[in-house]
Amino acid sequence: MRALVGVKRVLDYTTTKIRVKPDGSGIDLSGKQIINPFCEIAIEEAIKLKEKNIIKEVVALSIGPKTFQETLRHSLAMGADKAIHISTDLSPDQKLQPLIVAKILQKIIERDNFELVLLGKQSVDDDFNQTGQLLAGLLDWPQATFASQIAIKDKDVEVTREIDAGLQTIGFKLPGVITCDLRLNTPRYAKIPDIMKAKKKPLEELQLNSLGIDLNTGLEVIKTEAPQQRKGGQVLSSVDELVNKLRNEAKLF
Amino acid sequence: FSTLVIAEHNGEKLSKSMYKILNAASKFKEETHLLVTGENVGKVVENIKATVPKEVVSKIIVADSSLLKHNSAQAVSQVVSNLINQNKYKQIVVDSSSSGKDILPRVAAKFNTQPATDVTNIVSNDTFQRPVYAGNAISTIKLTSATKFLSFRATSFDAINSEQANNISDIQKVDADSLIAKKDNLVKHIKDEIAKSERPELTSARFVISGGRGLKSKDNFAILDNLAGVLGETAIGASRAAVDAGYAPNDLQVGQTGKVVAPELYIAVGISGAIQHLAGMKDSKVIVAINQDPEAPIFQISTYGLVGDLFKIVPELTEKVKDAKQ
Repeated sequence: MRALVGVKRVLDYTTTKIRVKPDGSGIDLSGKQIINPFCEIAIEEAIKLKEKNIIKEVVALSIGPKTFQETLRHSLAMGADKAIHISTDLSPDQKLQPLIVAKILQKIIERDNFELVLLGKQSVDDDFNQTGQLLAGLLDWPQATFASQIAIKDKDVEVTREIDAGLQTIGFKLPGVITCDLRLNTPRYAKIPDIMKAKKKPLEELQLNSLGIDLNTGLEVIKTEAPQQRKGGQVLSSVDELVNKLRNEAKLF
Repeated sequence: FSTLVIAEHNGEKLSKSMYKILNAASKFKEETHLLVTGENVGKVVENIKATVPKEVVSKIIVADSSLLKHNSAQAVSQVVSNLINQNKYKQIVVDSSSSGKDILPRVAAKFNTQPATDVTNIVSNDTFQRPVYAGNAISTIKLTSATKFLSFRATSFDAINSEQANNISDIQKVDADSLIAKKDNLVKHIKDEIAKSERPELTSARFVISGGRGLKSKDNFAILDNLAGVLGETAIGASRAAVDAGYAPNDLQVGQTGKVVAPELYIAVGISGAIQHLAGMKDSKVIVAINQDPEAPIFQISTYGLVGDLFKIVPELTEKVKDAKQ
């Protein structure tokens, strides 16, 4: 059994301040970029399943400019076997929308016969949280979103999902699509020898326009702006003052 | 026909957020239908009739089937697809909850349409705003698809007045069993582990008290409980750092990857204010921050801040709120 894992590259939100371009056209993407944290969890899970001999091969796929190959090399260094780079200049946080990504994944799945697809639950740039669900809908496969635990025996999958009220466990037979939430695992650090080895692993390059996918999604981003800043910062000197403010100024009780 | 809203409920009542979602949907100023899916949903329908005015919802559509018992995305999406084909809805609307987000894109895929999730503002019938980059930017989008698939963030909208209900009389039952393909690969439900709490639900509580890493242990979280009890109508939340440290269960997590809340009062206790946390609570009406580090970013957005030892401040605040309320 083979697993396909989608990986996206995003601004490193832990070290880079998100800056809105003054002309409203989008976010300044010139800072350091890293693998989307949820995608890294998906890769880790696939590799763990491979280590348990549940899946045979892990293929990482990324869609974007040439720099996205660095994210694929990172995935290979973590332990993926092969990588596919779909090359495009579409802006990853505006034009390359989840519906397009899902259609690309569908094409590759139909070409290479994957039985398990692992994706992050959302990317931390456009924050859509849709690709896995769209893909499952396109393929008519079962879906398990927001996974915090995955158990696979033969073709039977059990997934524990993080839902608003707590946890839910569901089961289905493969093939299927699973999207990964934060608590599923802690991604490993790639060791230097693995990073060296990753350079020799196969990386297939395809042009997005060779796949014949309609890039008109019916959703157009027309403006990106900074949110209204909240005015704050009134530091009080005592609990009495706070109770007084809550009671007489905010009138909360 | 124009707007179809997918209802969320607990088997008895419509979820509180739905009253906000229905208000958002009513901004299209077109006829709105409310779809109730599940098994034995009679009580839910009665609850809707008693609390939703017919000016807001002109028709309730009921899909009652054992196949919909757990409202899996796979089953619900087949019912919704069929209704879209039949009624040519212009808008499909859900709450941006774990369930809404699970279902909406799956249906949209059947109509080759890109959905818009987490909408916080309706600019016009085809133009919407939604936060991106964890709320660090607001994106304005235009939808040109024949059917628009939208999930709304309940915290961004006011609730409809649910006391003036005057009996929606138009109720349509659909034969859900015939609409759901009973194939081998249907997802089966195994179990739910739902956190039981005396407290109100986090996303709809009037007040929220959240604890962070500053609380130092799971046991210390109890001091928040005392304050919540005294305040009343208060839910307990947690930062991701506190959840990761095992101080609180994940369903209490407030933030970009947890729940988004906007209560009348949000008290952040021992929370430094990472951007991922602020994304989940910065629209609260009044924010109180209690932290020993005067440089903590939470103070930049808090209405009122107290710098000091939370283990002294929280019990004192609890006592003084109790006194003030007497």
